[in-house]
Amino acid sequence: MQVTVNGERREMAEDLTILQLLSQVSLANRRVAVEINRELVTRSLHETRKINPGDVIEIVSLVGGG
Amino acid sequence: MSQVDLLADDFVGLGAYKFRSRLFVGTGKYATFELMQQALAQSGCEVVTVAVRRERLLDKQNRNILDFLDVKKYNLLPNTAGCFSAEDAIRVARLGRELLELDWVKLEVLGDTKTLLPDPIGTFEATKVLVKEGFVVLAYTNDDPILAKKLAEEGAAAVMPLGAPIGSGQGILNPNNIRIILEQASVPIIVDAGVGTASDVTVAMELGAAGVLLNTGIAMAKDPIKMARAMRYAVDAGRLAYLAGRIPKKLYASASSPMEGRIDLSVPK
Repeated sequence: MQVTVNGERREMAEDLTILQLLSQVSLANRRVAVEINRELVTRSLHETRKINPGDVIEIVSLVGGG
Repeated sequence: MSQVDLLADDFVGLGAYKFRSRLFVGTGKYATFELMQQALAQSGCEVVTVAVRRERLLDKQNRNILDFLDVKKYNLLPNTAGCFSAEDAIRVARLGRELLELDWVKLEVLGDTKTLLPDPIGTFEATKVLVKEGFVVLAYTNDDPILAKKLAEEGAAAVMPLGAPIGSGQGILNPNNIRIILEQASVPIIVDAGVGTASDVTVAMELGAAGVLLNTGIAMAKDPIKMARAMRYAVDAGRLAYLAGRIPKKLYASASSPMEGRIDLSVPK
């Protein structure tokens, strides 16, 4: 299936959970927050929430800022 | 300092948070994380702001800012910088809360990329929503007394009028508006943005501001470490002067040494 992760189109296996996606991009053990289709998905749901074809996913963390 | 700390019992409260330092420092624009660390240490600040961005924004050596901020020492305040609508700012605030597991946010809803001035309507709307969601909202705003009052009425925990546009270093452009905002304030007023040097910070604090939030003034100074220390002194100097109460400005002079008891001296007519 096709999904968009941080603005980039990606080909992903079907039936993927957020946690599996995070492992695939080597971010499973980092402090990140995840949005699917502009809605926050809290950490407690990363293990169970499935990603659907066409989903727009944002994975964010903290950077320097004022 | 060897003297008694005259500000030992002087705290600023924001929601449930309480701080001794009235200097809030941004973590952007530093040449290196190490420089940022040293500057923050010299500033004496207890609160630092951070931004929420797409992952993989690591520095050249693949390091993350969180590895350089001791969370036992600094309270991390996520901002919504880069948001140009209430809706986006609300999304970013929620992401920041998820990342830090803290319910406070420096709310920034900007009007355009050229001026980076706050969008008053978006700021107001986002404040309403985020307060309802339980956020401690520190609202960045124009130096507009009416808007400042309305943001406080909507439940903002602090109102943060700009001294001047973000990163402009112009100082406190409208001290009269800041004075009016302070006079009617029901929540802490923190001057945020536009500060260029230490005296700008002192001006804000002498007016009675609860604190000053700045980033560029330190980060882009020729020597950020020295400037950070200067800002720390400036906040304390301004706060002490405010608490001490300045003398009124008068048109004519008033001699400090007595006129009585002088030897036989001439006095001009």
